[in-house]
Amino acid sequence: MARSTTTRRKIITTAAAWAIGFTIFFPILWTILTSFKTEAQAISDPPVFLFFDWTLENYAVVQERSNYMRFLWNSVIIAGGSTVLGVLIAVPAAWSMAFVPSRRTKDILLWMLSTKMLPAVGVLYPIYLICIELGLLDSRIALVVILMLINLPIIVWMLYTYFKEIPGEILEAARMDGASLKEEILYVLTPMAIPGIASTLLLNFILAWNEAFWTLNLTAAKAAPLTAFIASYSSPEGLFYAKLSAASTMAIAPILILGWFSQKQLVRGLTFGAVK
Amino acid sequence: MATKASRSAARMMMAPAVILLLGWMLIPLVLTLFFSFKKFLPLRGDRWENGLEWVGFENYVRFVSSSAFWPSVITTLIIVGGVLVITVCLGILLAMLLDQPMWGQGIVRILVIAPFFVMPTVSALVWKNMFMDANNGLFSHLWRLFGAEPVSWLSEASLPSIILIVSWQWLPFATLILLTAIQSLDSEQLEAAEMDGASPLARFGHIVLPHLSRAVTIVILIQTIFLLSVFAEIFVTTGGAFGSRTLTYLIFQRVLESQNVGLGSAGGVYAIILANIVAIFLMRIVGKNLDT
Repeated sequence: MARSTTTRRKIITTAAAWAIGFTIFFPILWTILTSFKTEAQAISDPPVFLFFDWTLENYAVVQERSNYMRFLWNSVIIAGGSTVLGVLIAVPAAWSMAFVPSRRTKDILLWMLSTKMLPAVGVLYPIYLICIELGLLDSRIALVVILMLINLPIIVWMLYTYFKEIPGEILEAARMDGASLKEEILYVLTPMAIPGIASTLLLNFILAWNEAFWTLNLTAAKAAPLTAFIASYSSPEGLFYAKLSAASTMAIAPILILGWFSQKQLVRGLTFGAVK
Repeated sequence: MATKASRSAARMMMAPAVILLLGWMLIPLVLTLFFSFKKFLPLRGDRWENGLEWVGFENYVRFVSSSAFWPSVITTLIIVGGVLVITVCLGILLAMLLDQPMWGQGIVRILVIAPFFVMPTVSALVWKNMFMDANNGLFSHLWRLFGAEPVSWLSEASLPSIILIVSWQWLPFATLILLTAIQSLDSEQLEAAEMDGASPLARFGHIVLPHLSRAVTIVILIQTIFLLSVFAEIFVTTGGAFGSRTLTYLIFQRVLESQNVGLGSAGGVYAIILANIVAIFLMRIVGKNLDT
């Protein structure tokens, strides 16, 4: 009796959850499906879901016409460069805060977090002006540095929470055995820290990839990443649903896949350890 | 335990991050403050190296008294408030549903979380064209199917449309955090309440909701910080037209489109103050958590 009710309940829960999950995912699914249609099928009424002539033509056209590869490459450089640079700067900082804490560690951490709260639009013109003065408007370097700086607080925080979980006794034991600071870092900490560093890299790569304030405002033709490339489709003359879908699918597919691996880090990285 | 040498080494290791963030915070902030007290119209030949005219608080007064200011504040509040209500309410329901035993839980989670990873320009364009377009959008097909007149959503109902798009992007975030919080709930407590004959509603109101209150607060604060600066979704869909101009967008237009830097900078200072009011509450919670 009890068992049948729980089974029935499980069936209902499963059906409800799948229905809701499907609904939430639908816009993405629809974009992916549309990318394989012809332009006529993409706007047909009633809409066709699966039974159309699948074609890869849109992908070929987008690649040919728009230098898609250059935008993709810009995205890779900007997101990858800013993330790696940020982690290189943050690892020593987070390491020292986690293992040699002082009275001020907490204040420094909170202050770093507070820089993240600065609304971008409030400092838009100064940054714009600095980029012009340095000749870095529409350059990948400027965006690598800026995205590194806006994500640095999150990177430090994430690494700090990961490093905190490494038991201090292990370090003491290493010190007892006469390990120097360098050896301690190289042979004891690094192997234990690698999973945390990898998660941090992953989440921040995603955040930088999707950043759409500075990338839209500080780039034009040369350094524009995929966010800006997609935005250029909003002009009416460029409106072709199937091609828009193909371009969108290519822009989000790699991140969707990476994102699925980073679900857990998302909570840690974006709540600053306040929800565990 | 920590020696003097390791302390100074630690300070050295922290220095690059601290100095960079200090520069990142102070330099633009000081420049914004500086410009906000100046008349600065680059298109009319004002150059900052030639010196700018000091105008006191004129920009601050003009920004607030312009006819676009209050509508933009109200728009901002409607968008932030609307998205918060939708994401938190649906997020709680969804998190409770996903916490139940079911088949294929992992896959459902993936489906629910996916929108968070879609770049803002893509989600805005996909919703704008493929769903909300009055001629070819899916909604218009659906409306016609039921014999109704299709609506051009983004011009006739711009705010609800933008709220829908932004909520779709942020629901995964709220759900994921609330789900994490629910999973830390002691299930024995719920079972005991069930044994004692507490109704599902009573269990929700007296056990689940109080347990979630902290997570809900954090979701609200973090989302507010991000939602106050929603940009791409408006840039791509309406460009600030049809009553969808938020405070962030108004400042963007003043600074970059009409190049009135002094006025825009004064607006920027208002935005910074506004964000800081929210940030103080968030920092207090995070800070408390650091002690434990």
